[in-house]
Amino acid sequence: MNIGKLNATNGFDLRDFIVKYGFILVTVILFVWFASTEPTFRMQNTLFSMLKFTSVVAITGLGVTLTMVVGGLDLSVGAIAGLSVTLSAMTMVIYAQTGAVALVVVLLGGALVGLFNAFLIVVLKIPDLLATLATMFTIMGLKLVPVDGQSVSSGLILRDGSVAPGKFTPGFLLIDRAYIGPVPLPVAIFFFLAFVVWIFLTKTRWGRVMYAIGSNPEAARLAGVRVQRYRALAYALSGVFASIGGLILSSRIGQGDISAGNSLLLDAVAVSLVGTSVLGMARPNAWGTTLGAVLIGIVITGLTIKGFPYYAQDVVKGLVLLTALIFSFTLSRRKSRFVPAV
Amino acid sequence: MVSAVEVRNISMAFGANQVLSGVDLTIDKGQTTALLGANGAGKSTLIKILSGVYSSFTGEILIDGKVVTIDSPTTAKSAGIETVHQRIDEGVIPGLTVAENLLFEKIVSGEIPRAVSLKTIVNEAEKIAEALDLNWNRSKLRNDVYELGIAEQQMLILARTLSRSPKLLILDEPTSALSVAESQNLFRFIKNLEAQGIAILYVSHKLSELEQIAKKLVVMRDGKIRNEQSAPFSWDLALKEMLGQQELGERDNFKQVQGTSVTLKLNNVQLFKESAPLNLEIKKKEVTGIIGLLGAGKTELAKVIYGADELISGSMDLEGQSYKPAHPADAVIKDIYLVPEDRAAESMIPNWSISHTATLPFMGDFSARGIIKKLAEGIRGKELVQDLKVVTTSHEAFVDSLSGGNQQKVIVGRWLQSKPKLMILDEPFRGVDIGARRDISKRVRDLAATDVAVLVLASDVDEILDVADRIIVLVEGKVVMDVKAGETSKDKIVNKMSEVA
Repeated sequence: MNIGKLNATNGFDLRDFIVKYGFILVTVILFVWFASTEPTFRMQNTLFSMLKFTSVVAITGLGVTLTMVVGGLDLSVGAIAGLSVTLSAMTMVIYAQTGAVALVVVLLGGALVGLFNAFLIVVLKIPDLLATLATMFTIMGLKLVPVDGQSVSSGLILRDGSVAPGKFTPGFLLIDRAYIGPVPLPVAIFFFLAFVVWIFLTKTRWGRVMYAIGSNPEAARLAGVRVQRYRALAYALSGVFASIGGLILSSRIGQGDISAGNSLLLDAVAVSLVGTSVLGMARPNAWGTTLGAVLIGIVITGLTIKGFPYYAQDVVKGLVLLTALIFSFTLSRRKSRFVPAV
Repeated sequence: MVSAVEVRNISMAFGANQVLSGVDLTIDKGQTTALLGANGAGKSTLIKILSGVYSSFTGEILIDGKVVTIDSPTTAKSAGIETVHQRIDEGVIPGLTVAENLLFEKIVSGEIPRAVSLKTIVNEAEKIAEALDLNWNRSKLRNDVYELGIAEQQMLILARTLSRSPKLLILDEPTSALSVAESQNLFRFIKNLEAQGIAILYVSHKLSELEQIAKKLVVMRDGKIRNEQSAPFSWDLALKEMLGQQELGERDNFKQVQGTSVTLKLNNVQLFKESAPLNLEIKKKEVTGIIGLLGAGKTELAKVIYGADELISGSMDLEGQSYKPAHPADAVIKDIYLVPEDRAAESMIPNWSISHTATLPFMGDFSARGIIKKLAEGIRGKELVQDLKVVTTSHEAFVDSLSGGNQQKVIVGRWLQSKPKLMILDEPFRGVDIGARRDISKRVRDLAATDVAVLVLASDVDEILDVADRIIVLVEGKVVMDVKAGETSKDKIVNKMSEVA
C-alpha cells in the first residue's frame, strides 16, 4: 500500500510526514511517557546522567558519521576507544606521566590508527568495511601485548616484579566528573563536538565536498576533487573522535580495563544509522546522530527505571535501529547512497 | 547460401518509443554477418530479441525455415541461438578450474553426474579443447580460470557455447578487450566455426575487423535496416546510412575562425596500448571538433588531457610548458575543464541543487576560511540559470529533476564562471534536445571567441559540423583527417571515418 498516494490529494502527505518527523515524534512520546509515569525520570540528575551515559557513544558515533558521509564506515571505533583506555592507563600508571600527557598520547594514538585505516583504504585499496574490520582485530589484540593482557590499575605488579609507580591523576578523573554549571563536562563536550561536526558538514567547503564524494565519487573526482585525501581525512577524524570517547570512558572507569570499548562499535554505528533517518534527510548528519544517541539513551534509561532486565536493552536498540532503517530505506523517497557495500 | 536464421517483420516498442520497425534479416549458415549501427539504432534490441531477453515483440523468427517461439533465454538456447556478451568477466566462474568452466553448462544441467572426479571432467574438457584446436594441455585445464588471460577467457566462453552445437552464434563487440594479436586469434577461431556451418552475427564498430571477417553487412538506423551489402563492402555507403542524412533545417550559420596560438600540444600520445602515437595541436580562439565512432579513442583523449586517465606514453605541453596532470584537480588548477560523456554517472550528484552543482569545482572561491558563502553561491546559481537559459523553477531545484538538455546546460555552465584555458566537452549533445543543443553550441562558440581553446568530441557528424571551426577525424586512436570545417563536407568526413585501417 502506498500511504503517500492516499493522502497526497488533500495536501498532507502522511508518508512524508512520518519520514520527516517520525523519529522526533517517537523520541518526544517516549520521553513524555517515561516522565509522566516515573517520578525519578523527571529529575534533572537523571536527565543529565542519561546524557552523560550517552556521550561516549554519541561522540564515537559522530566520528562514524564522518566516515559514512564519504561513503565508508569505520568499524574500528570501538577498538580505538578501548585502545585509548589502555593507553591512558599505561601512560599514567606504568610511566607515571601526568593526565595532560595521557590526553595527548591518546589523541595521537586515535589519529594514528585513523590514518592507518586511511592507508589501508586509500593506498592499499581495501574496501572500507574489511580494512577497518582488520584494524579492529589487530588493535584489540595489539593493545594487550605491553600490558600482558591485564587491566592496568594502580598497584599493578610489573614484569620485573616492581609495582607500577603511577596512578590515574585527579585531573584526568575530572574529565568525566567535572561540571560546567549544571552540565557534566562529557555532556558539554558531546554537544560542543556535535555543533562542530554540524558546522563542518553543512557550512564548510570540506563538508560539502565530503557529501559529494559519498553520493557520487566519480562525479566529485571529475569536478577536480581530491577524493582520496578527503576519505583519509574522514578516517583520521573518526579515529580522533573515537579516542575522545575513549578518554571519557577511561576517566569514568578510572582504570585500564581491557574489555572497555568492546560494546561501543555496534552502538556507535547504530546511532549514526539511526541519524540518517532523522528529518528524512536519508544521509548521515550531525544532529541526526546526536538525536539518535539521545533517543537510545532515553529508551534505555527509561526501561531501566521501569525495571526491565539488562538484556532488554539490546532488543530495544535493535528495534530502534530497524525502525530507523525502515524510515530511511523503505519509506523515504530519497534513496540513501551512504551505506557501503563490501 | 542456406539461411540459418531468418527474422521476418520484427517490430518492438518501449511505450511510445518505437525501437524496431519491420526488420527483415537473413543470417546465412557458415559465414559471418556484420551488424553495424550507432547508439540507439536498435542493434541491442534485435540481439536481445534473438537471445530471448525481450519477448514482447511482433514478427517471426525462423530457424532452418521453421517458425520458432523464442520468449526466454532458455528457449533461445534450445532453438540453437547462443550469445556472447561484451563483458567477459561475467561469463566465467572464478574459483572453478578451466575444465569445469568449459563444461559448466553440462555440470549444471546434470548431464555430467554431480559427483565426479576432476580427472573425468578434465578428460572430457580435453576432447573439446582438441576438437576446437585450442592448444590447451591438461595442466592448463586444471588451473583456476582466473589464470587465463582475457583473450583465453573469451575463447573459453565461446567454446562453452559450442557445447550445445548452436546454429547461430551472436558476438557482441567481442574484441573490445583484446589486443590485435589476440583478435587475430579470435578470427581464426571464428573461421573454424564457420567451417562447421555455424552462422555468426557479429556486432562491432571497428570497421577494419568487419572488413576482415564478414561476408555480409547489415546497417541499422532508427530501428530499421537501411542497407545490406555483400563483400566487398562500400564503407562509405554503409556509414552514410548508419549516421543518417537527415537535414537539420536551418543550420546556425557562424563565421568560421582560425585559432591563433597553440594552447595544448600532444606529443606522441598513445590512446590505446597498441594504437599509433598521436600528435595534435589544440589552438586558442577556435572550436576543435573531434569525430570518431565508438572506440575511436575520443573519451580516452579527453580524460588523458584532463588528468583523469593515465597517459600510456607520450607527453603534453600547455602553452609551451610541460603539462603532466596526475589528477583532474591538476587540470582544473591550470584552467582545463571537462564536461564528461556520461552525465548521470560522471557529472551529477544526486539530490544536489543547481547552485551546489555549479560551485563544486570552485569551492575555494565560494568560501572564506572554509565557510561557504551562501549568498555568493546563490547568486552564482541564478547567474548560471540566466546565462545558459536553464529551464527550471529555481536555482535551488535539484539538477536531476531537470530535463537532459537543462542538466547539460548546468554542467557546461558551471565551468564558465571562471575563464578556462581549454574547455573539453565529451559528447555534450547526447540526450540533449535540439533547442538546448543550439544554446550550448552558441555559448561554447562565444567562449572560444574570448581567447579560449575549445575541444568538442562526438560521434555525430552533424553535431560537430554545427559547432566546430576545425574538424579532426579519429579512427582507432589515430588522426585520419584534420581540416578546417569550411573546407570539408559531411560526405568527405564520413568517407574518412569509413577508411579501413
